[in-house]
Amino acid sequence: MSSAILECSNLTKTFGAVTAVDGVTLDIPCGSIVGLLGPNASGKSTFLKLCNKLLSPTSGEVRIAGYKPGMESKRLVSYLPERSYLNDWMKVCDIIDLFADFYPDFNKDKAGNMLQKLNIKRSDRLKTMSRGTKEKVQLILVMSREAQLYLLDEPIGGVDPAARDFILDVILANYDPAATIVLSTHLIADIERILEQVIFIKEGRIILNKTVDKIREESGKSVDALFREVFRC
Amino acid sequence: MPWELTPDRPIYIQLTEQIELKICAGIYPRGSKMPPVREMAREASVNPNTMQRALAGLEESGLLFTIRTSGRFVTKDEKLVKQVKQRLAREHARKFLDRMHRLGFDYEEILAALSKLAKENKK
Repeated sequence: MSSAILECSNLTKTFGAVTAVDGVTLDIPCGSIVGLLGPNASGKSTFLKLCNKLLSPTSGEVRIAGYKPGMESKRLVSYLPERSYLNDWMKVCDIIDLFADFYPDFNKDKAGNMLQKLNIKRSDRLKTMSRGTKEKVQLILVMSREAQLYLLDEPIGGVDPAARDFILDVILANYDPAATIVLSTHLIADIERILEQVIFIKEGRIILNKTVDKIREESGKSVDALFREVFRC
Repeated sequence: MPWELTPDRPIYIQLTEQIELKICAGIYPRGSKMPPVREMAREASVNPNTMQRALAGLEESGLLFTIRTSGRFVTKDEKLVKQVKQRLAREHARKFLDRMHRLGFDYEEILAALSKLAKENKK
């Protein structure tokens, strides 16, 4: 087996005249935390959807631990989509049971601990929660699986800075060193410290793929500062 | 002593410096066992692999050593820790002098200002 958990070759997705992902060739190794960074509409979510078979590539392919996205890959991948697919009327405890039924690698104790730390009650319904709290619940569910690859689409977008710190802590504390996390975001400054590697994506193409420390060494700048420079409007 | 990381320099270098400082300050005493990498990474909110890189570098310089199966320890070598202390002190002093020069102080004035401050602190 190769040491890459996620491999793409020439991955392309077009929607009519628009090319959202444009010839991406990429290997993501096991055991790292990778930031997928790009401005709005750069193809981040489309890329993650292709990895989860929510979309099919126009050409090229993506493989996860050697599998094409499908049944086998979904066993290994824990995915946080950009939009919620959970039913609003459900209570937190119902959703936990649902996840535990659905995924053999779901760890109920882990989920319980994190909910408690964030003061989210099991009897609360999603409907009654604020947007930030809903996001927290979803991230807790996704991180409570003992997966090999976590694909997180904007995990910290809607939560306040204090909760952001907590979420980063959750990610660090629950992350098995052999697992890989790929997360998309544009809140780079908040997340830079926990990333090992960053990928800049612009108009569907990868324009930079380096480690955070390499970027700082070479440019004397933070990834956040470099991002602002590269993507200046 | 909290972890202070600035955004302009590689994280592993800053972690290395701060672990050296903590060893000199006795927060990680000579001969003691270091906390697990994951715990240290969490405390500093950095990637465990980055923390690992800093620790590996410190092992190479002899400040830390690993005993297989029982973990990573701080060196017992008093001389080595003293050397690191001296080096850190020189670096700090150099930075201080640099800033004072930029403020327009010459050596005499810097020394005068320092001794005045030292006297005030004593009181």
